[in-house]
Amino acid sequence: MLRFILTRLGMAIPTLLIVALTVFLLVRLIPGDPASLMLGDMASQSSLAALRAQLGLDRPIPVQFVIWIGQILKGDFGHSIATGQPVLGLVIDRFETSATIVVIGVFLASVVAVPAGLIAAWRQNSAIDLLFVGTATVLLSIPSFWLGLLLLLLFGLKLQWLPVVGYVSFSTSPVMASVYLIMPVATLVLHESGVLVRMARASALEVLRLDYVTHARAKGLSEGAVLRRHVFRNSFGPTWTLIGLVLGNLLAGIAVVETVFTIPGIGRLLVDSIFARDYPVIQGCMLFVAFVYVLINLVVDLFYPLFDPKVAQA
Amino acid sequence: MRLPSLNAVLGATIVGLIVGAGLVAMVWTPYDPLKLDFLARLAPPSAHHLLGTDEFGRDVLSRLMRAATTSVWISILTVCASILAGTALGLVTGYMRGWTDRILMMFNDALLAFPGILLALGLLSVVGANMYGIILALGLAYTPLVTRVVRGAVLSLKEKEFIEASRVLGNSESFTMVRHVLPNCIAPLIVLATSMFGWVLLAESALSFLGLGVPPPAPTWGNMLAESRTYISQAAWLGIFPGLCISLALLGINLLGDALRDRLDPHMRGL
Repeated sequence: MLRFILTRLGMAIPTLLIVALTVFLLVRLIPGDPASLMLGDMASQSSLAALRAQLGLDRPIPVQFVIWIGQILKGDFGHSIATGQPVLGLVIDRFETSATIVVIGVFLASVVAVPAGLIAAWRQNSAIDLLFVGTATVLLSIPSFWLGLLLLLLFGLKLQWLPVVGYVSFSTSPVMASVYLIMPVATLVLHESGVLVRMARASALEVLRLDYVTHARAKGLSEGAVLRRHVFRNSFGPTWTLIGLVLGNLLAGIAVVETVFTIPGIGRLLVDSIFARDYPVIQGCMLFVAFVYVLINLVVDLFYPLFDPKVAQA
Repeated sequence: MRLPSLNAVLGATIVGLIVGAGLVAMVWTPYDPLKLDFLARLAPPSAHHLLGTDEFGRDVLSRLMRAATTSVWISILTVCASILAGTALGLVTGYMRGWTDRILMMFNDALLAFPGILLALGLLSVVGANMYGIILALGLAYTPLVTRVVRGAVLSLKEKEFIEASRVLGNSESFTMVRHVLPNCIAPLIVLATSMFGWVLLAESALSFLGLGVPPPAPTWGNMLAESRTYISQAAWLGIFPGLCISLALLGINLLGDALRDRLDPHMRGL
């Protein structure tokens, strides 16, 4: 087990390095260097040269990369060109907001979708299967930002049950925070359930056809016990991996939902920085989200043996 | 020959309608999608304007049709670009092996470690938000996945007897690759291309919604939805029809993709 963890950790390091290199090179691809971007068009040659030397831009690119990685490892992601704030603090602050919504949303979606997929597979081709799969396919096809807009139109504007836009942090007022979170979280739950139901159903169907399920039934186990003990345990693996991928993809794709509900999250920060050409913040956001994405997949892999008895033995 | 499934018929019909609307809009739309008409601002759906007008009095139906042209065109070009690039890379890395393969795949896998939309956003910040920028960004973002899929197919095909037979017959490596390996990668590629078509269409709409798509006044479903937010309490139709178009297009593609996978992927048959 320890060997497995160490191998997986070892595999993540080169990936993270190349991720960092990509983010670094992306900004170097932009015409004009960071110094002229920071000082604007009116800067004199001497002040440009001074800032270049200060930022290490006069050195060769590989040296710059090593210096940059060194700063990142020390937690120094640079400062925002627009506001002068340290990038790391800004990114972490916004990330907390997004992560709250994404984690609650994906958790609730899994709680609904995994049993639904299992039941649909168990009663394959029945009315309930058709209903679940049909609903899932429709939900999967509705883009989250439109779903959010529809919820907003119905519950915010027509029925006026929920506040339309805005965000209150949990530390200010837990009750108000929950109220503001209902619609964004519901958007994610509805949208992501579609993907998860279909995956849970497909993998459960493969297991249901296997001999040991027939054997378990022949032993006289109740259907509930067969589903829980044999079908669920052996078919949850692919869904578990997908949950990890969905979590990671949402952290990058959450910008659209944040736009609908005007939530100051990391997605919105990235998009606003792209508009403002605030490259240190763009770099910080991309690096941070990609890092979290790799980390989530690592954690998903490490927990995999808990769910899949076959991997645990290997 | 089996009868086509309900999924296939429904999916093909919806996709056909959207592509058809996009094609028609290249030569004809009920109104000029860019023409302003301040006397008809925010008019609800009626006999004159079937789906109503927007805040500048522009006909929503005409704009939706023109947006279909843009979305379909961007999706087709992006999918073609990344399938071509990914297939070439996948064939080379799968067939050649050695150090080139290892280094290329290390980069490929690291790029796969980015969520697709994040990489596209990063690339867009460099190339700029316009039609070709989007195609370049999304194309590059999805190429690593194609490379992975093709390489996997090539690796398993290489062990097959008919590939060995081709080599024994004295055929060159490149001939064997193009004549025998490539045709056997087509089935997984078609399934992948169909899903990608959906992802790209969704990503393009999402980018437009964020203001990073094809610049206005050109209509896209995403930027129409974004603009509708200001007027949604007076003019709900502005927020409904573009979203309906995106959802229908994605539903059609998903149904078609399911049907194709059922037919082409023996593992999934009967599920």
